[in-house]
Amino acid sequence: MYSLVALGFVLIYKASGVFNFAQGAMVFLAALTFVSLVERGVNFWIALAVTLAVMVVLGIAIEKVVLRPLVNQPPITLFMATIGLTFVLEGLSQAVWGSQPHGLDLGIADVPMQWLADSTGMFISQFDLFASGIAAVLVASLALFFQYTRIGRALRAVADDHQAALAVGIPLKHIWAIVWSVAGFVALVAGLMWGARNGVQYSLTFIALKALPVLILGGFESIPGAIIGGLIIGASEKLAEVYFGPMVGGGIESWFAYVIALLFLLVRPQGLFGEKIIDRV
Amino acid sequence: MLYREAGQFKSTYAEDQQIFPIRQDRVAVVLLLVVAFVVVPMVANQYWLSAILTPFLIFALATLGLNILTGYAGQLSLGTAAFMAVGAFMAYNFVLRMPWLGVIPSFILAGICAAAVGIVFGLPSLRIKGFYLAVATLACQFFVLWAIQRIGWFTNDSATGVITAQSVEILGFAFDSPERKYLLTLAIVAVLALLAKNLMRSETGRAFMAVRDMDVAASVIGIPMMKTKLLAFAISSFYCGVAGALYAYTYLGTVEPEAFTLDLSFRILFMVIIGGVGSILGSFLGAAFITLLPIFLNVLFSAASRTFGLEISHAIVSNIELMIFGGLIIFFLIVEPHGLARLWQITKEKLRLWPFPH
Amino acid sequence: MSRAARIGEAVLSVDKVSLAFGGVKALQEVSFDVREHEVRAIIGPNGAGKSSMLNVINGVYHPQQGTIRLRGNGAWREFHDMDSHEAASMGIARTFQNIALFKGMTVLDNVMTGRNLKMRASFLEQAIWIGRARREELEHRRAVEEIIDFMEIQHIRKTPVGKLPYGLQKRVELARALAAEPRLLLLDEPMSGMNLEEKQDMCRFVLDVNDHYGTTVVLIEHDMGVVMDISDRVVVLDYGRKIADGTPDEVRANQAVIDAYLGVAH
Repeated sequence: MYSLVALGFVLIYKASGVFNFAQGAMVFLAALTFVSLVERGVNFWIALAVTLAVMVVLGIAIEKVVLRPLVNQPPITLFMATIGLTFVLEGLSQAVWGSQPHGLDLGIADVPMQWLADSTGMFISQFDLFASGIAAVLVASLALFFQYTRIGRALRAVADDHQAALAVGIPLKHIWAIVWSVAGFVALVAGLMWGARNGVQYSLTFIALKALPVLILGGFESIPGAIIGGLIIGASEKLAEVYFGPMVGGGIESWFAYVIALLFLLVRPQGLFGEKIIDRV
Repeated sequence: MLYREAGQFKSTYAEDQQIFPIRQDRVAVVLLLVVAFVVVPMVANQYWLSAILTPFLIFALATLGLNILTGYAGQLSLGTAAFMAVGAFMAYNFVLRMPWLGVIPSFILAGICAAAVGIVFGLPSLRIKGFYLAVATLACQFFVLWAIQRIGWFTNDSATGVITAQSVEILGFAFDSPERKYLLTLAIVAVLALLAKNLMRSETGRAFMAVRDMDVAASVIGIPMMKTKLLAFAISSFYCGVAGALYAYTYLGTVEPEAFTLDLSFRILFMVIIGGVGSILGSFLGAAFITLLPIFLNVLFSAASRTFGLEISHAIVSNIELMIFGGLIIFFLIVEPHGLARLWQITKEKLRLWPFPH
Repeated sequence: MSRAARIGEAVLSVDKVSLAFGGVKALQEVSFDVREHEVRAIIGPNGAGKSSMLNVINGVYHPQQGTIRLRGNGAWREFHDMDSHEAASMGIARTFQNIALFKGMTVLDNVMTGRNLKMRASFLEQAIWIGRARREELEHRRAVEEIIDFMEIQHIRKTPVGKLPYGLQKRVELARALAAEPRLLLLDEPMSGMNLEEKQDMCRFVLDVNDHYGTTVVLIEHDMGVVMDISDRVVVLDYGRKIADGTPDEVRANQAVIDAYLGVAH
């Protein structure tokens, strides 16, 4: 589940070299929009389509307003701009739709499946399977997209070097608009999943922060890394809570993931699948 | 025309080294200090003192701390609130368990504790840079808060985790009114700001900036990486720790972990960005801006709702505030990455010619 | 006193240094020495390993084999993996091909950073700005101003370095290296990207430094005219190997050198 959110980050990073801190806010916005539409009586599928459209428009808007003026700035500036963006999106979502938590029902049971629990002692629900399935489908399609389509190649070129990509005639602006829209779509999916599990509320934005350790583990540019990283983080967090928690009074979840990330950074900064960074003088 | 250096020659290096080489600046600063120390307490009402000016000073101090680390030394940190928390809680414990120390030494010791924590969490900076370092500092932020909440010693095993800060008494002189709290905060902040300015102008400041700009080159000319980076973390955390102690003692009145969340870290980072990265003046400007913005917006909206008869709920106002914050960050990053401090510099340049156009 | 007469004994000795990055062999068993007060040039076609050589001398890269030996106070010290910070404290200063100045600081500040090893005051003293910190700062300011005069960059001393044209930036970088009062100065293509006038200026500065301060200079340079004019001895590298070592005239006549430059397969 963490992987879903991490995917969005990886996408944008791969395509534009920017770490989009606002991904969490995008997840929130998507989920909130969808839920509010549904609550107002809009049909499930139409609400989905509308929200998707909103995310695409948002993607284009972001590209125009935020990214284009900042084209050649160092990554840290862009990162801080996305932090600013986060606040804008958070404020916007709540200003438009209100700030009470909403429940989200996708019609899939989120109760551990009895037969599995009985036979293997693991508590996995139909929902978990569904989430994993969605993630798998997304990953597969995105991977294919990146590797084999022309647009995918263009995206990868852009991620490597903006100026060079411009020089060979790749329409940067279109590419970025596409990228952010796709990220928006992923955000929507992630938002739906998380919203169904935890309810759609403000804390959804903090998912973004949790995704950071995932990315560090998996490497910022790697889609398989995001998946595996997500699994590792998710699992180890729960395990740590269960095993170490009682020893120190609980609440380990809040920081365990980050400490793992920290250790990884010291030992293997590029993550499991990322590319090594070399400093040349 | 008024603001010109004509006739003010610096004939020694010492003169050139002054913080305010231009006489008009010196006069302005003296006036400002007089106003701050003397006029304001007499004139301002309680609300302004306790709810606006005092927190402004405290945030300015924290911003100063973060600016030293991120603006001057280039080490991005999201753990500011955690360092402040350490300062606050340690100050509480020092005052509680060693009352003979006195308040000011307790604050200083609390700052030193924060500096120690800063050094520990600054260790990753020796291996990782920029954005990755920010994530490491996130680990610090969450871990420290968790530790403070879980380990009873910090809160003196209080049941709720919220402790009332003791009243501040120095040499028998109680600082319990808003005026006195304001003056105490002002004095502490002014002294620390001066020290910071001196420090940043001398070799330490240069070493920090060298590490920020190109650390490989800095190492090649002999600047020790480890010492420099850790010193930056230490000094920055000291400042944040003292700010945290002040936050608890002269503003909030309570010492609680919830006051020092990630949210606060981000706010202070915004103050640094908007005020101007790598600028002492900028820290004050940024803090002022962000402290005053909500009030300004409130005033604006109540005026708007009165003239237009609109009913704007409080929730919407605070959301719009969020949006404006975010929007401003983006705006400043695009238009003037060096923040308000650079805008101020440009204004001063224009003032040199005023009232003539060129 | 003519320059040849002033040149002393060897002060730096590079012994069979080999350096490789992954599969790429940057240097292969290179050996040469540098004598005190001389101007030694390292030349060779692109990719010959010249910058890598300087980086090894200065501790930025660590060779897999071989040693660097420095003579200080009469005694030789051997190094296998000295780091750049140590190199600096032993009196080696350098400039970089792509300019490694601190873009966010003024010229004056940049040059002042060159003095950092000589500053003793602690940060507390600096914060309070009393006594030792104050005196040191002013004293070093005086020394730095002399260097600024020497390099003729007074008019831009308060300008942020990022705003300066390339040629002036190179001069500032040299000033910063000089501020450390080095015994050994390593210059990596100090004249690249300059027009004729700027090159002449830079040549003059390098020779002045060597004359006036007696600093031993090792420089990498592509312009043959410059090399022939100002250097006392030359080392020629090609594909990471030393192929010639001698005075400029000797090297110019060396067939292997001519071949290397003309790209004759060998």
